[in-house]
Amino acid sequence: MAQSVGKQQPKPHLREEWVGRVYTFLCILFLLLTIFSMVYFVASKGLSTFIINKVNLAGFLTGLKWSPDSEPPLFGALPFLIGSFSTSILAAVIAAPLGFCAAVFMTQIMPKFGRKIMQPVIELLAGIPSVVYGFVGLSVIVPLFRDIFPGQGIGIAAGAVVLSIMILPTITTIATDALASLPAGLKEGSYALGATRWQTIYRIVLPTTMPALLTGIVLGIARAFGEALAVQMVIGNSPHIPRSLFESTSTLTSAITLSMGNTVMGSIQNNALWSLALLLMIMTFVFVFIVRMLERRSKL
Amino acid sequence: MNAKTADKIATALIVTIAAIIILILAGLLGYILIRGVGHISFDFLTSPPETIRAGGGIGPQLFNSLFLLVLTMIITIPLGLGAGIYMSEYAKPGRGTDFIRLVVEVLSSFPSIVVGLFGLLVIVNLFGFGFSLFSGALALTVFNLPLMVRITEQGLKSVPREQKEAGLALGLSKWKTIRSIMLPIAIPVILTGTILAAGRVFGEAAALLFTAGMSSPRLDFSDWNPLSPFSPLNPFRPAETLAVHIWKINSEGLAPDAPEIAAGASAVLIITVLLFNMIARWFGRYVHRKFTATK
Repeated sequence: MAQSVGKQQPKPHLREEWVGRVYTFLCILFLLLTIFSMVYFVASKGLSTFIINKVNLAGFLTGLKWSPDSEPPLFGALPFLIGSFSTSILAAVIAAPLGFCAAVFMTQIMPKFGRKIMQPVIELLAGIPSVVYGFVGLSVIVPLFRDIFPGQGIGIAAGAVVLSIMILPTITTIATDALASLPAGLKEGSYALGATRWQTIYRIVLPTTMPALLTGIVLGIARAFGEALAVQMVIGNSPHIPRSLFESTSTLTSAITLSMGNTVMGSIQNNALWSLALLLMIMTFVFVFIVRMLERRSKL
Repeated sequence: MNAKTADKIATALIVTIAAIIILILAGLLGYILIRGVGHISFDFLTSPPETIRAGGGIGPQLFNSLFLLVLTMIITIPLGLGAGIYMSEYAKPGRGTDFIRLVVEVLSSFPSIVVGLFGLLVIVNLFGFGFSLFSGALALTVFNLPLMVRITEQGLKSVPREQKEAGLALGLSKWKTIRSIMLPIAIPVILTGTILAAGRVFGEAAALLFTAGMSSPRLDFSDWNPLSPFSPLNPFRPAETLAVHIWKINSEGLAPDAPEIAAGASAVLIITVLLFNMIARWFGRYVHRKFTATK
C-alpha cells in the first residue's frame, strides 16, 4: 500500500524514504553482522584447542582434571560443567516455586497489592547489578553457611542461593504474564463448579500455563548458567568436582573470568578457555531452542 | 483433608512466600545501604582509590561509569532505534524476518562474559582499540542492542494504527510518517525502556573486564582535552568502572578497608540504579498522564 502511494510522490519524498530504508537496513545489518562474527570468532578460537593443539574432544568433555600448567597440561572441563549445571539447576529449583507463588499472589490472590508493591519489588530485584549480588552473597550468605554447615561456606549452595535471587524476577515476570493472560472463563467455570481457589489454581491454572512457566524456568536457568561475577565471588574457584554442596568448586564462567587475563593469547592454556566460552555459547543455543519449543507448545 | 482447609493452607503459604520475597528485597537493600551509606562522603566519591593503604575513594571509577554510560548510549540509541524501526515497520513477515528475530533473541541471551570475550578478541585485539572506554562502550552496545530493538518495537506497536494510516493517507512517505508521527507517540515507551537499559549498563561488569580493562590510569581532572592521555574525557584510555571495581576489591583487594569500600561502592551503585528506576517510573507516569489527560 505504502509503495503504490510512494510512486506518485515527487522526488524529495522518494529520496527521504530511501534514507529511512537504507538507514534502518544498515542498523539491522550491523546487528546480524555482529552476531555472526561473534559466533564465528568464538567458535574458531574455541575449536582451535582441538584442531591446532590436538586436545582430545572427548577427553575435554569428560576429563576430571583441569591443570593447564602441569606437564603435560590436562584439560578436563567436566568439573566446570558439573559446577555450572548444578548451580544453575539448583538455583532454578529454589527460585521456581518462589516465582510461581509470587505470580499467583500477584494475579489471583491480591491483584491490587501485587501491582502496587510486588511488581516494583520484582523489578527492583531485576535491576540490582550482579556484582552487588555477589558482594552480598560473599558478606552474608557465605558466613551464614559457614556457621551452619561444615566447610568454608563457599560452593554450589552459596552460588545457587545467590543465583536463585537473581533469576527470581525472570521466572516471576513470565509466570505473571502467563497467569494474567489466562482466559477468565476457565477460572470462572472452575469456581462455578464449586472448586476452591487452590483447587482452581493447581487443577486449572497450573496445567494450562505449564509451558509458559517452564519457559520462564529455562530462561532463568540460562541466565544463571551465563552469570559470571556473582558466582565467581561465592563459589570458591577450585577446579574439582565437590563432594558436597558446601565445598569449593568452579563453573565455566568463573574459570574464564579468573584465568583469561593471566594467559597469553594463542597459547594452549588460552585456547582451552575459549573452548569453555564456546561451550557456554552452545548452551545458549540449546536454551534458546528449548524456549522456542516450549513457546510453540504453549501456542497450541 | 477437606478442600476448604487445603485452600486456606495454600493461600497462607503463598502469601507467606510473597512476604518473604518482599523481605528479601528489603533486607538486601537495607543491608547494602546500612553498611554502605555510612562510608559515603564527598571525599569517598571524589578521591582516587588506594591499593595498599586505607582511605581510598572511588572518584575515577564513578566518573568512568558515567562516561561509559554516555558513550554507550550515544552508540546504542541510533543503532537500536534503526534496527527496531526496521523490525517493526519495514521487515516483511516471512522466513527472513523470523530468522532475524531468532538471531536477535539469541544475541539477547548470550552471557555477558561471552560478549566481553568477543570484545576482547575483535574490538580490543583485531581492531586495535586496546583496553579502552571505547572498546567497553562497543561491547556494551552489542550487549544492549537486542534490548533496545525490543523496546523500540514495543514503542512503535503502541502507536494507534489510525494515526499511522492518517499520515500515510496524507501522502507522507513511510519514513516521514515514522519519524514525525509514530516516533513522537512512541517516545514515552522508548524512553522509559532506555532509562532502564541505562541502569543495566551502569551495573554491568562481566562484559567490561576484558574490554574496558581493570585498571584506571591517574586522571588529571584539570585537563579536559579529549586527546590528552591523562584527560578524563579521552575515550581511548583504559577505565575501570564502579561495578568492575567492586568485583576487583572483593576478589583481590589489598587495602585494609576493602570490605568498607566495597560496601560503599555497592551502595553508590544501588542508589544510582534505584534512581534510574525511579526516574523511568516517574517519567512513564508523567507522560501517561499528559497523553491521556487523567489524574
